[in-house]
Amino acid sequence: MEFYGYRRPDGRVGIRNKVLILPASICASDTTRIISQQVVGSVTFNNQQGCAQVAPDQQLTMDVMAGYAANPNIYGTVVVSLGCENCQMDLVVKAIQERTNKPLKQVIIQEAGGTLKAIDMAVRYAKEMVEEASMLQKEKFPLSELILGTECGGSDPTSGLAANVLIGQLSDMLVEAGATSILSETTEFIGAEHILARRAATPEVRDRIFDIVHRYEKALAMVGEEVRKGNPSPGNKAGGITTLEEKSLGCIHKGGHSPVMEVYDYAKQVEPNKGLVIMDTPGHDPSSVAAMVAGGAQIVVFSSGRGTPTGNPIAPVIKITGNRITYANMIDNMDVDASPLIYGGDLQEMGEELLKLVVDVASGKQTKAESLGYTEMAIARVCNYV
Amino acid sequence: MRNAMIIDGKDNVAVAIEPIAKGDAVTYAVDGKDVTITAVQDVIIYHKIAIRDIAKGEPVVKYGEHIGIASQDIKTGEHVHTHNVEGHRENLEEKV
Repeated sequence: MEFYGYRRPDGRVGIRNKVLILPASICASDTTRIISQQVVGSVTFNNQQGCAQVAPDQQLTMDVMAGYAANPNIYGTVVVSLGCENCQMDLVVKAIQERTNKPLKQVIIQEAGGTLKAIDMAVRYAKEMVEEASMLQKEKFPLSELILGTECGGSDPTSGLAANVLIGQLSDMLVEAGATSILSETTEFIGAEHILARRAATPEVRDRIFDIVHRYEKALAMVGEEVRKGNPSPGNKAGGITTLEEKSLGCIHKGGHSPVMEVYDYAKQVEPNKGLVIMDTPGHDPSSVAAMVAGGAQIVVFSSGRGTPTGNPIAPVIKITGNRITYANMIDNMDVDASPLIYGGDLQEMGEELLKLVVDVASGKQTKAESLGYTEMAIARVCNYV
Repeated sequence: MRNAMIIDGKDNVAVAIEPIAKGDAVTYAVDGKDVTITAVQDVIIYHKIAIRDIAKGEPVVKYGEHIGIASQDIKTGEHVHTHNVEGHRENLEEKV
């Protein structure tokens, strides 16, 4: 099976062809919103970080920014900074160039002479880039070029019975085809980490799986919190999930049955053709999806028992529910009904149908989150501002 | 008609795959054969129902794994949820 995508100068393959207007900090975020509104074919996002962050938090922000610019769905990037933030333009540019050699322009608001002049400059750069991007022709590529992000949010017991099982089947099929599939959400390994650890390809990967779980629990303990306080969420409980362990055991089905080849830190560059990998992300969906997209995922499959609209500015997000009531209720938001799996459906057949949808979406078909314009995202953090 | 399912043979709870009312027959398959118990409470669709008596302090098992500890005695046919189960952090490194 093949899909139509865009070859980038760094060798990677995109499935969308957008220009990113990248705000280096919160102080540039409204500016990038105005710029992006002026340039059809561009995308931006609300970066609430980028300044007054402790070093580990600033690193998370830098990795998301660099990873977004490097994501192969992006043709090129116009970075907009205020000028005085901690995420200085030269640092952002360097971080992007460490990951990719794609087109890159810079606008610093304080140097340009304020909002209007900065907008003028950035809109012109972006329009030129969109014009270049629009000349690109799609080519056929094998499935092995894909990096799949997997996510679950607003889970209920059907996620573990159907939607995540179906995503696991898709993940195994893509791994078999030579692609990379990312299992995310460290908080939702808790209570199930031993099952993942048994599937680790090496003792190092096994240790890393326990390490990221312990590290996450410790980070919350530093502010006197226990991970169970937020999990399961009120919606999870209303749906029938009783404990975090139950939620986790359902969550890890998204990884299918393949061995775990690697564990990546939040938003770090993920290697293609790597098989099943884990990324250390929060159970908070928009910041988890953001990390996988920053890691290079061109496409995300997202299960939801309760139904959630979440999208992403850069990667199409396919919504799958295992709950037939939710599918009917949230039909505007849900792309796939996995509930037949609970009532006697065939996993192999449904997996092949989902793979076909992934190929269609990779080749340009809009997901419901895309057509509704959902682009919300967040960047994870561990500490208060300094 | 099957209106519940178990995921693993070790499970002591089933999942309602249809809405279940107090007094209903609850039927689920074990190795292809139907087993029927009686619901002693209403069970919301996709919520859990005890298929064995579970004593206070015993593990509640779903997916063949511990999902928590019974915080009170649970009788066969009872709704199993936050009112009678508590999460319990285990040292899982020993299980690998």
